[in-house]
Amino acid sequence: MNFDPRYSARSFNSVGTRPIRPDGVDKVTGRARYGADFNMAGQLVGRILRSPHAHARIRKIDTSKAQMLAGVKAVITAADLPDLTDGDAAMYDILDNCMARKKALYDGHAVAAVAAVDARTARQALKLIEVDYEVLPHVTDVDEAMKHSAPVLNDSIFTEGVEPRPAKPSNISKRSQFGHGDTEEGFRHADKIVERSFRTEQTHQGYIEPHACVASVSSDGTADLWVCTQGHFVYRQHCAQLLGMEASKLRVTSSEIGGGFGGKTHVWAEPVALALSRKAGRPVKLVMTRDEVFRASGPTSATSIDVRIGARKDGTITAAEATLRYSCGPFAGTWAEVGAMTAFACYRLENVKTIGHEVLVNRPKTAAYRAPSAPMAAFAVESVIDELAKEIGMDPVDFRIRNAAQEGTRSSYGPVYGPIGIGPTLEAVKNHPHMKAPLSRNQGRGMACGFWFNFGGQTCTDLNIGADGSVSLAVGTIDVGGSRASLSLIAAEELGIAYEQVKAVVADTSSLGYNDMTDGSRGTFSTSMATISAARNAIKTLRERAAQMWDISADDVAWEKGHAVAKGGKHGNLGKLSLKEIAAASGTTGGPIAGHSELVADGAGVSFATHICDIEVDPETGATRVLRYTVVQDAGKAVHPTYVEGQYQGGAAQGIGWALNEEYIYGKDGRLQNPGFLDYRIPVCSDLPMIDTQILEIPNPNHPYGVRGVGETSIVPPLAAIANALSNAAGVRMTHIPMSPPRVLAAIEAKQAG
Amino acid sequence: MRYIRPQSIEDAVGLLAEPDGTAAILAGGSDLLVRMKGGFIEPDLIIDIKAIHGLGEIRETAEGFSIGSAVPCAVLGENAALKKAWPGVVEAARLIGSKQVQGRCTIVGNLCNASPAADSVPAMVAAGAKAVVVGPSGRRTVPVEAVPAGPGKTSLAKGEIIEAILLDKRPPHAGDAYLRFIPRTEMDIAVVSAGVNLTLDEKGTVKTARVALGAAAPTVLLVEEAAEVLVGSKLDEAALERLAKVCSGACRPIDDKRGTVEFRRKVAGVLARRAATTAYKRAGGK
Repeated sequence: MNFDPRYSARSFNSVGTRPIRPDGVDKVTGRARYGADFNMAGQLVGRILRSPHAHARIRKIDTSKAQMLAGVKAVITAADLPDLTDGDAAMYDILDNCMARKKALYDGHAVAAVAAVDARTARQALKLIEVDYEVLPHVTDVDEAMKHSAPVLNDSIFTEGVEPRPAKPSNISKRSQFGHGDTEEGFRHADKIVERSFRTEQTHQGYIEPHACVASVSSDGTADLWVCTQGHFVYRQHCAQLLGMEASKLRVTSSEIGGGFGGKTHVWAEPVALALSRKAGRPVKLVMTRDEVFRASGPTSATSIDVRIGARKDGTITAAEATLRYSCGPFAGTWAEVGAMTAFACYRLENVKTIGHEVLVNRPKTAAYRAPSAPMAAFAVESVIDELAKEIGMDPVDFRIRNAAQEGTRSSYGPVYGPIGIGPTLEAVKNHPHMKAPLSRNQGRGMACGFWFNFGGQTCTDLNIGADGSVSLAVGTIDVGGSRASLSLIAAEELGIAYEQVKAVVADTSSLGYNDMTDGSRGTFSTSMATISAARNAIKTLRERAAQMWDISADDVAWEKGHAVAKGGKHGNLGKLSLKEIAAASGTTGGPIAGHSELVADGAGVSFATHICDIEVDPETGATRVLRYTVVQDAGKAVHPTYVEGQYQGGAAQGIGWALNEEYIYGKDGRLQNPGFLDYRIPVCSDLPMIDTQILEIPNPNHPYGVRGVGETSIVPPLAAIANALSNAAGVRMTHIPMSPPRVLAAIEAKQAG
Repeated sequence: MRYIRPQSIEDAVGLLAEPDGTAAILAGGSDLLVRMKGGFIEPDLIIDIKAIHGLGEIRETAEGFSIGSAVPCAVLGENAALKKAWPGVVEAARLIGSKQVQGRCTIVGNLCNASPAADSVPAMVAAGAKAVVVGPSGRRTVPVEAVPAGPGKTSLAKGEIIEAILLDKRPPHAGDAYLRFIPRTEMDIAVVSAGVNLTLDEKGTVKTARVALGAAAPTVLLVEEAAEVLVGSKLDEAALERLAKVCSGACRPIDDKRGTVEFRRKVAGVLARRAATTAYKRAGGK
């Protein structure tokens, strides 16, 4: 059946309300099952041996002593995961990252794994594995890695996107460029130009639940995987390909998820657990420690960014340029490219140019982190925008309003925008009482804007109506932020029934067609579209069954407020039939009633936010404290406003941590110095004020209810908002994130010294 | 691995003195269990001292206070007399970890863990606290600053255990204070810290002073020159400036993941000044 996703204005009964979430009680009582809570009879404990070196050739691995240890049931190395990637370079990188093949490429890179009867035996077995390393020179710094003198991580990497193709391999895997107009010409028309260089350190998503899975491979070649993930269908596809299985033979069941933020979009331990189980012939449980999560999962890029923006005295930006260098870990990526696309997306620019460089370093393979690559670019650009506003003597909000992108603006990365929210968020900020609140000594206020693309993607959903009239909704997108509640609201809205009548579950990979991961803020956007489609299909069947019960034509039956209603003069004497009544009769009218949908959710509307932040600086110690914080963001339509606000607050909290204290610290030896929550400082509750939110609703024309993704944009502005606030509080322009107390104090002292 | 819960300090000493294997003392376990879970240590014997009579008590004596080595830090905060006499020591103990950790951790554990960044140690050193050490050859009393020998190392001999911490009775016009710098508001380790303990005369002139710095050297620093700067002053701006300068100068810090040499030097002085100001007020100075 054809599904029309276009927006049409309507009033809502369920959508926009704030019922309690269906997964709430289990989560607060501890009954909910996370990755490590699943167990199977005869299950073994899997552990991974990791490289202590940042860069080393693996000459030989001797596992014989470990294999002899009583209680050890399997020991594997890369040899047990043969290369079946058939020329697929991205899959080969995933394979090489799961288990180092020829070289260990970072501190923590997996080199071998064991499955044993208990954790102690597994730990002892790891100590008995002898790895003969040839230690190689390493490089962990993004700027150092670009130098000619840097050790080259992979001599088959020749910079892509450069003409002619370089003759020598390097650590720059790709150059990309975006923009339009003539920036040099634009700068000639500028009255003021501000140019600065910035650095941001590598951060981790910091999800509380470490990666965990149980793998069970049967002797008939079928397998089960129970795992904490943001995308069980993607995990199935990757694991099946790496292990040489047919996808349908591997059933992946997702657990509840204790945070992902992009970090659970990639397989690490799962193929290893499957390979161990296959070799041992028993189920294997593999749970990463926090140390392993930091050293060997997928943090975000460290960056080095140059920005140059020029404006006329009247406040018009005449040209904008940025060069962005993003670390990818030891494998090629497109992180700088995404940063280059987002950098100037908030603005209407005649002349704009951004260049991205993907840089290979001896650090873990970069993975997505909430609006990946955008926060760092926004930090650099929004800092310069703020400074430029000051230079030309204009209020920073007014300066941004004057240059904000609008419907019809050609974006800096190419597409022409539809209806968008950057202007409205700025106007809302300008009128927000927060902007007028008084400030005391050593306090400052800053603001900044942020953009994220959002994504739609492949989605498949089933809606089943029980004979008792209750509705079960089976979705294939992982619930990371309350989507089961939101999708139940959507189903209730479309069917015209109560929220409590709907129960949403995340189905396993054998029960539904393929679904893309919950990433790109697509969970509620795409699956609500599929749920509306599935509900409409179910309504068609409900109308047909009612028609059958009444013995009239289905064309004469309409669906109104949860009831079949006979239309037309000749049926005027028929009463309404409720969904419950039709469901109760379903056994005799043609069997169970269900609605299915499968679609590609196109047209995820782009998302914009503007943040305001007040901070106080202790000028004697460089300590900063966030006093007040306000998020204004466009949601298109907030399906469950509480969870939309939760996304706004969560992104801001993560951004504040990133801005102030979070960073990967590497020693000269190339080893990570702070792989734990003690010295990798995410904010604790008492570090944050209550984060205020304001939801704007500018409908997305490509969704029936106008919904846009809301999950990611909120992490984009905080770095710059805090840097701008700090500049106003202490008179120092911070160009290095995190703005940790030693860096802030050094800047204040340098300023005092003149 | 063996776990034993002895009933007497002598039994604990006997177990600690056993020639074979490695033994670890378990009081609150907030350092020990974390290290075991992280796979850094695997002791052969765990000696849980919480059942030993008297070790879980704070006693008020004619000389002052005796704090048993198994007393959790949270309990220090519930003892009104101790809080009134030694607010600086108590506030230091109650900065360790989190509320949950404070329900388990002890100041003796904090001392014997021998981290240069231990919160309660500079406060105890400033307070002139003493440790009662019991070993195979009997009991001895040592100043707290004599216990840490370097990061992770103590001066205790094999078989020795600390039974209690002693704090003197307070004369009139006395006050102490402790401050640490952390980048967050809690759940953190001191980047640098300062403990100050003052007694004043009737007119508010400093009679005696002790100033200790944490995370500024391999072990806690008792800065005698800083005390000399304060004695005889009424904590005027010039004295405070000199205090800060002397403390910054006394530091022998390192660059590490928690802070730089420059930062620690500068902030050691700032904290010493602020802690001295608080201690002075607590002592009744104006």
